[in-house]
Amino acid sequence: MNPKELKYSKDHEWVKTEGNDSALIGITEFATDSLGDVVFIELPDIGTKITQFEKIGEIESVKAVSDIFTPISGKIIEQNNELINNPELINNSPFEDGWMFKVENINTDELDNLMNSDEYDQLIKE
Amino acid sequence: MNTKINDINRKLLMDRSSPGRVGATLPPSDVPKQKLPPDKYLRENINLPELSESELVRYFSKLSQFNFSIDHNFYPLGSCTMKYNPKINDEIASIKGLSNLHPLQDESTVQGALKLMFELQNSLCEITGMDDISLAPMAGADGELAGMLMTKAYHLANEEPQRKKILIPDSAHGTNPASAAMAGFEVITLPSDHNGNADIEALKSSVDETLAGLMITLPSTLGLFDTNILDVCRIVHNAGGIVYGDGANLNSLLGRVKLGELGFDIIHSNLHKTFTQPHGGGGPGAGPVIIKDFLSDYLPSPVVRLNQKDNSYSLYSPKNTVGKMGAFHGNFGALVRAYSYIKTLGEPGINQISQNAVINANYIRSQLKDYYDLPFNRTCMHEVVFSAKNYKQEYGISALDIAKRLIDYGIHPPTMYFPLIVDEALLIEPTETESKDTLDYFIEVMKVISKEAKDNPELLRNAPHNTTNSRVDEAKAARNPNLRWSPINNT
Amino acid sequence: MNTHEDLGYISPYIPNTDLDRKNMLNKIGVSSIDELFKDIPDKYRNPNLNLTKPLSEFELKKYIDEICSMNIVPGDYSCFLGGGSYQHHIPAIVNQLSTRSEYMTSYTPYQPEVSQGTLQTEYEFQSLCCLLTNMEVANAGMYDGSTSLAEAALMSARINKKSKIAILNTVSPTYIEILKTYTQYQGLSIYMIEENQTKLEDDTTCLIVQNPNFYGNIDDMNKFADIAHKHEALLVAYTDAMSLGMFIPPGDYDADIAVAEGQTLGVPTSFGGPYVGIFTCKKKYIRQMPGRIVGATEDTKGNTAYVLTLQTREQHIRRENATSNICTSVALIALMSTIYMASLGKSGIKHIAELCYQKAHYASNLINKIPGYSLLSDKVFFREFGIICPRPPKEINKILLEKKIIGGLDISDKVENGMLISITELNSKEEIDLLVSALSEIK
Repeated sequence: MNPKELKYSKDHEWVKTEGNDSALIGITEFATDSLGDVVFIELPDIGTKITQFEKIGEIESVKAVSDIFTPISGKIIEQNNELINNPELINNSPFEDGWMFKVENINTDELDNLMNSDEYDQLIKE
Repeated sequence: MNTKINDINRKLLMDRSSPGRVGATLPPSDVPKQKLPPDKYLRENINLPELSESELVRYFSKLSQFNFSIDHNFYPLGSCTMKYNPKINDEIASIKGLSNLHPLQDESTVQGALKLMFELQNSLCEITGMDDISLAPMAGADGELAGMLMTKAYHLANEEPQRKKILIPDSAHGTNPASAAMAGFEVITLPSDHNGNADIEALKSSVDETLAGLMITLPSTLGLFDTNILDVCRIVHNAGGIVYGDGANLNSLLGRVKLGELGFDIIHSNLHKTFTQPHGGGGPGAGPVIIKDFLSDYLPSPVVRLNQKDNSYSLYSPKNTVGKMGAFHGNFGALVRAYSYIKTLGEPGINQISQNAVINANYIRSQLKDYYDLPFNRTCMHEVVFSAKNYKQEYGISALDIAKRLIDYGIHPPTMYFPLIVDEALLIEPTETESKDTLDYFIEVMKVISKEAKDNPELLRNAPHNTTNSRVDEAKAARNPNLRWSPINNT
Repeated sequence: MNTHEDLGYISPYIPNTDLDRKNMLNKIGVSSIDELFKDIPDKYRNPNLNLTKPLSEFELKKYIDEICSMNIVPGDYSCFLGGGSYQHHIPAIVNQLSTRSEYMTSYTPYQPEVSQGTLQTEYEFQSLCCLLTNMEVANAGMYDGSTSLAEAALMSARINKKSKIAILNTVSPTYIEILKTYTQYQGLSIYMIEENQTKLEDDTTCLIVQNPNFYGNIDDMNKFADIAHKHEALLVAYTDAMSLGMFIPPGDYDADIAVAEGQTLGVPTSFGGPYVGIFTCKKKYIRQMPGRIVGATEDTKGNTAYVLTLQTREQHIRRENATSNICTSVALIALMSTIYMASLGKSGIKHIAELCYQKAHYASNLINKIPGYSLLSDKVFFREFGIICPRPPKEINKILLEKKIIGGLDISDKVENGMLISITELNSKEEIDLLVSALSEIK
């Protein structure tokens, strides 16, 4: 169920690289299932520089709040504006339409600190 | 057709309004006309509803019937102590000689009110085994904040600013960490052990010279009396910390044990729980903070003192007070009700409360333990926590589904998903004011629901079936907040 | 085993009999009540409880009557005290409806299917608070006006992450005290500004103003909004709910957060509480708002329903990171205010506000003419105004009391021989004339 082409963090975020410089980031289906109906996300402004595994924002469901930790360093260049009015996209399509933000100036070496889909499958089984 | 009736009942005040209607008698002016201020200060238009008195009575009466309440329903909400609210207390609180008093009257003209507060102070100290008290905090959480501010002030006065850490068990109410944070403390969560007590080993390893104190609820929100409590207090005291007791569950201790004698330094009492200020759909309450002598100077202002010289009462601001919690002297109306309750019951009546509350909870525990999982299988105090995790695993039925199905049987749901450390928690507090008959009915219903979960799970998933509203879409409410009437979104 | 007979007292609030208890203990599998309490250390179990003997209803009422006889009660005496708590007439339906046990004896509406009564009335409260203040959103209620103000300052600091609170020097000293209590360990500092000051210090999170202010005066608030916004600070306005029937509301002078004491709307003075704090703000700040909020939504059948919303701000979810530790909305008092506002409605609120204004000005004009007395200022005011007396107000009030008059608020700690007089629709012309003639006899 977790797409093969993505990399995963233990905080249940995924990274999809686009070329060598930029990447899309979202949260996994496992995370959305445990959160419940997502109602709000709070992300840093465009242009903010973020560092791998630091807390950068929050995601809220009706009765829970979780921190968002970025799985990769870089500069935020885009946020998924669709989520402002339709946060349910995160529940309905966590790996596609529910992506959260895009970063550039990534360091692909950092991908080695993340899991592949098999390893992540294993993690959430435990 | 039903929807239509519902629509009419649910129509908002502004949508019921018609120009020219008035709902109150408006007296004419009896003074000569005075000059108005310049227009720039004056409001041009005010948009408020226009309705007759009869329409208002119909509307608010009808709406009230959409509520469950203690007077109509068994209401076993764990850790909320939804016991019967004696009517005499309300009657006393509404006597003009009390309810008409202005808070800024000269002390010499309100000696009765001050005497009442003074006697309540003494009764609450006696019941809890503490030395001193301020009635100023206006709710449980406000009492917690007062206690945490006092803890802070005490350590600062002792030149120990490094004491920044408050330990709070993982079973605690959310107000505890929030109150500690408001007083500038760092919150450390303390795990519970497999018996539901605070984990002594974890406690020992978390105390050091940065410890400011421990906030603990006794009995815990699992409904259990912490059998290590004397050790807990000793460890915290030896490390120089303050032991704070959340009195949310005081109902089970009345006459059985005094928190002050166990070693607590500060507690608060939720008068609306233990001493029956009606909950009012979420307040008002009162949360007096009750303490040991060595903290008297820090109490929030005001405190009522008796002047031995002339036998008069006065409002007093302690020397190093943490300040005022509200504009005046606390929620006097709630204090009057608690006073009336304690006066009515006296020593023997207060003594019987905990005994009956604890029998009732253990009766439910003993009769339902074969039907619902008991995460802590030991004698409970005034409330018992079950877990619906087996129903979740086997039938996909959650604690929520069970709770909502209770509504169909005229019973208010118990507290759910709290404490957080119990999966699919159902926390049940019957209180002493419920009869064995009511408990037997509840027990029977819980058994029926247990069977329904197996035989007809959809019945539970779609419950409740006969209320004004079926389950509501909370996600929609939070995603697109509609928080008030406006001509656009409500037409 | 302890029985009622042993204890010699049967509580009217405990339905179970000795027989019930015996049966229940059997089923529990214990032989005595005391066995259920064995987790309490022996040494401390069943302590002596030194309380008075029980009183029957009529004994209690008699005792309370004695207590009341030690009070001097506004109503029996004419009363000119204000200072943040005001005596207004409360229409009969306010008490009749709000004391319905469906409202009084229900809990916080965490279960929306069985709490629509409370939820819809709270939504009405939020709506009417917005309409009265012309602000965009309101919460379901705070402890009182003063704590609303303290929470507004904390909210400002969350919004713009600045650390200084500027307070106009005409804000009630009592409210400043409460502000200090709630903000003392939050790393915030407080400074006062004068009315003619136009500069705020760097790093100011908000400017707090009160209108009408502590002395009863009404100012042009636009200039303070400009000052605050020019310094990228929020304007926090404390207003008098009743005054808004007549005077410019905070939404019209661009307040970012506006708070008020709800007591003046249908709640007895009750020696200072319980009251309800009104809390409103601009919609964009809603996620930093403290307290409970009710929202409209739908149920699974598509019917309109109300529910507690944006709960992730609150302590039961966010714990130590919550916007506040508050867990109540003082729902019952908010309900009283809701019924009051609905009852008076559009024309009634205006009418009562104007009555207060007319009578207060009638009184101030007369007092100003008494030799030795003068008005504290010639500014616009609503229902409360300052006077300078020929003698310390303490002495004057003592003499007034002999004439069954509870005089005004002594503010001689701020203004030499200063007193604040409050007049509402309940003060008849006759009462005012008596006050004036009593004052003229005190030289």
